[in-house]
Amino acid sequence: MTQLTDTPFTIAGHDFSSRLLVGTGKYKDFTETGAAIAQSGAEIVTFAVRRTNLGQDADSPNLLDVISPKRYTLLPNTAGCYTAKDAVRTCRLARELLDGHKLVKLEVLGDDHTLYPNVVETLKAAETLLADGFDVMVYTSDDPIVARELEAMGCCAIMPLGSLIGSGHGIQNPHNVRLIVEQSSVPVLVDAGIGTASDAAMAMELGCDGVLLNTAIAHAQDPLRMANAMKLAVKAGRDAFLAGRMPRRQSADPSSPFAGRING
Amino acid sequence: MPTFNESIQLTLNGEPYAIAPGLTAADLVDQLGLSGRRIAVEINEQIVPKSQLATTPLADSDQVEVVHAIGGG
Repeated sequence: MTQLTDTPFTIAGHDFSSRLLVGTGKYKDFTETGAAIAQSGAEIVTFAVRRTNLGQDADSPNLLDVISPKRYTLLPNTAGCYTAKDAVRTCRLARELLDGHKLVKLEVLGDDHTLYPNVVETLKAAETLLADGFDVMVYTSDDPIVARELEAMGCCAIMPLGSLIGSGHGIQNPHNVRLIVEQSSVPVLVDAGIGTASDAAMAMELGCDGVLLNTAIAHAQDPLRMANAMKLAVKAGRDAFLAGRMPRRQSADPSSPFAGRING
Repeated sequence: MPTFNESIQLTLNGEPYAIAPGLTAADLVDQLGLSGRRIAVEINEQIVPKSQLATTPLADSDQVEVVHAIGGG
C-alpha cells in the first residue's frame, strides 16, 4: 500500500501530526476530560485561566495534572475577556503559570450573548502580545480583511469562527473561510461552531489546516465516541482536500459502462 | 502588640482580605495553602514571577490576583 504523505502542520515553528485541537471545558469531570482528549489524538489542548478558588481543598485535582504539559502542547486562552487589556493580562498570567510558555490563543469577545469576536480589541491585544514576544493564535470573525490584517501583524495562526461559540451550527459561511484559507500563509483553523464530525470534515475539505473544538465532544451523548469521530473526520477531511474532489455535474454520469448491456 | 488597625488590607481575587504586616507574596501563597501548586500571582496588574514571590512585600491596598488553569475552550 502506498504511504500517503502530507505537508507538516506547523504552529510557531513546531510540527504536529494531529490537526485536531481540543478544549478542556464542559466535561463531567477530569477523568472524562483526560479520556476524551486522549481519544481525540489532539496534541494541542486549550484551557482557561481563572481566579483560584481560595476556599478549596489545596489537594483537589488540578487540570494540569490531567493534561500534563509534558504530554500536550498547552494553549492558554483568553476566553471571557472583553477588552484588549484583560486579554493581555490573562496571557501574561498564563505565561507565568506555564514557566515562560509563549503560545496563546487570543480571543476578545464582544458580548456574552453572541461571544462574537470584538475585532477592534482583538487587533489591539494582538499588537501588544506580539510586541511582548507571544506566539498568538487568534480567534476572529470570518472577515478575510481582518484575517489578513492579523496575519500581517504576525499572528502565527488565524482562527475564524464557523458559527457562534458553543452553538454547534457548523460552518455558516464556508465561502469566507475558503477566502481566508486561500489568502493566508499561516495556518488557518476553524475555531468555533463545530457541532458534529461532518462539520469538522467540511472545515478540512475547505482547505483549513486544522480545527479547534470543545463543546462538540464534551456535550456529545458519548464524548469518547465523538472524540474518536472528530479525530477520523479531521483526517478524512484533510485527505479529501489533498485528493481534490471530483467536479460537480448538473446531470448523472453512470459509473458502469453503457456498452455491453444485455438490453443493448 | 499589633492592633486591628495595623493589619494590611488587600483585595485578593476581588474580595477584601486582611493579613499581618510584613508578609511577602510567598507568605501569602503559603498561608493560602497554595505553595507548590501551579498558580500565577499578579499584584496591581503586574506579574510577580515565582522567583520573586519571596522578595515581594505586600502593602496596604494591594490588588492581588492568584490564578490557575481550568477547563475551557
